[in-house]
Amino acid sequence: MLLLALLACLLLLALIAAAHGAVAIPLHALPRLLLAHDLTEQEQLWRNVLVQIRLPRVALAIVAGGGLTVTGTAMQALFRNPLAEPGLIGIASGGALGAVAAIVLGAPGLFWLTPAAFIGSLAATALCYQLGQRRPGMSSLLLAGVAINVICGSIIGLFTYVADDAQLRSLTFWNMGSLAGATWTQLAFLGPWTLALSLLLLREWRALNALLLGEREAQHLGFALNPLRRRLIVLVALIVGPLVAATGVIGFVGLVVPHLVRLSLGADHRWLLPNTLVAGAIALSLADWLARVVVIPAELPIGIVTSLIGGPFFLWILTRRVA
Amino acid sequence: MLRAENLCCGRHGVAVLRGVSLTLQPGQLLGVLGANGAGKSTLLATLAGELPAMSGSLTLHNQPLSQMRPAAQARCRGVLPQSPSLAFELPVRAVVGTGAYPFPEVSPAQLEHLIDRALVLADASHLASRRYTALSGGEQQRIQFARVLTQVLAHRAAGDYRALLLDEPTASLDPKHQWLLLQTVAQLARDEGLAVLVILHDVNLAAQWCDQLLLLAGGSVVAHGPPDAVLTPAAMMSVYGMAAQVVMHPVDARRRMVCFVG
Repeated sequence: MLLLALLACLLLLALIAAAHGAVAIPLHALPRLLLAHDLTEQEQLWRNVLVQIRLPRVALAIVAGGGLTVTGTAMQALFRNPLAEPGLIGIASGGALGAVAAIVLGAPGLFWLTPAAFIGSLAATALCYQLGQRRPGMSSLLLAGVAINVICGSIIGLFTYVADDAQLRSLTFWNMGSLAGATWTQLAFLGPWTLALSLLLLREWRALNALLLGEREAQHLGFALNPLRRRLIVLVALIVGPLVAATGVIGFVGLVVPHLVRLSLGADHRWLLPNTLVAGAIALSLADWLARVVVIPAELPIGIVTSLIGGPFFLWILTRRVA
Repeated sequence: MLRAENLCCGRHGVAVLRGVSLTLQPGQLLGVLGANGAGKSTLLATLAGELPAMSGSLTLHNQPLSQMRPAAQARCRGVLPQSPSLAFELPVRAVVGTGAYPFPEVSPAQLEHLIDRALVLADASHLASRRYTALSGGEQQRIQFARVLTQVLAHRAAGDYRALLLDEPTASLDPKHQWLLLQTVAQLARDEGLAVLVILHDVNLAAQWCDQLLLLAGGSVVAHGPPDAVLTPAAMMSVYGMAAQVVMHPVDARRRMVCFVG
């Protein structure tokens, strides 16, 4: 039931976000813009804005929000830790490092940013996983992730220090995230990719529930721990890696939204995972919409919006629960 | 059947317990007694497939345990470890229902029925609507007990072998629930043919409910046999380092009781 309500909410929000912005498009004109052929000059402009700029951006917000959140939920169960998030094992910081290195070392053209980010994120995750294998249990993986994140962060800092002004502007994109670069070509890959892998993650709900009981208990219930961990981490890296490459580092959504859904729904992953998928899409669509409209015609980096709104909102939810 | 022969078990390459031979027979309760650090939990973890056998043989249905997939093991063996925890809030019924995860063929209706039955057996039906993390330690322990009962009773045809390994299941329970838990286990062993291994610290509780006892001390087996035969003052001295007298039970003359005298 909640899932249906969330889906309706997402649809409504997507329509509003598509219509609202620096160029305001009346909501009632949307069907005509998308379907009719006899458009006026004004409508032609609206249509271009809608189809070329707004809709891909809304779609990317939905895909990225859903992907980041559903992986955040899985990571929190895998690590049995409420502070876990998709970036915990280097996926985000490795991606940002790859992109920043490409910018500052003077990659010829923006084309190289996405592959550099993707390679960076997978390399950092693989390194974390290798280091984490040295000892049994999840704690060494967690610590390896913390160390890799710090190292990536410091190298990014080093690059920032030597970057020139033009490079600095591109760097902030990676550190704070943006959905402004959304294109249909990109989405044609990211959409189905993220959806398909998320569905594979959804199928793991039993294993994630078992992990809540403990790692020994999960094994007693028939889950082979090492293959399970590997499967979950590979899925998370494959979902988040391309998203980081497309949007930069968008923090907080993958950490907070799972908690919000869990507070209202409980931690049974059978229902939690699909609901976080949709709730994450809502959260990031909302954040991107606000990022675009708060300081028209300029816009805020979306990472700032998610943290600035998400942080206090989360604190409010937490204190309200205790009262 | 779960069978160990001349088993040596330990952690991180350090042997804790050597020369253990035992068979978990359907319908029988095997109690394991020993001082702290005697290797009881290491033995249980090895039988549970968590730790590899360091030497000797460990088989389930004549197949080496190390060669069986965890999913196949979980279909014929349930394990209740100590100190249950839950990372995030799950409904009590969902916790109990995880016991049926090794059996995807169980229908939702059968699952509800199983959960109800397990909760009744664990005397925890009245806890079903409470929040798990709001329960006391002993109540959580009973929910976990219900979860393991779900696992060993799920999709069970008559004659199916199901082993149940319990690590100090009575540790946080009041006397009534200690009694009820062992009574339930004994009854299920008799009626459903469960093969049970239970680690206990209360010698008299063990004597009352177990068919066989395994006494551990100094890294090996001190005694293995029916309670009347193995609970002797000499055995208590070597297991616990305490003087004890074995006396007649004041109510039931057929039973023996161990009184520690210091």
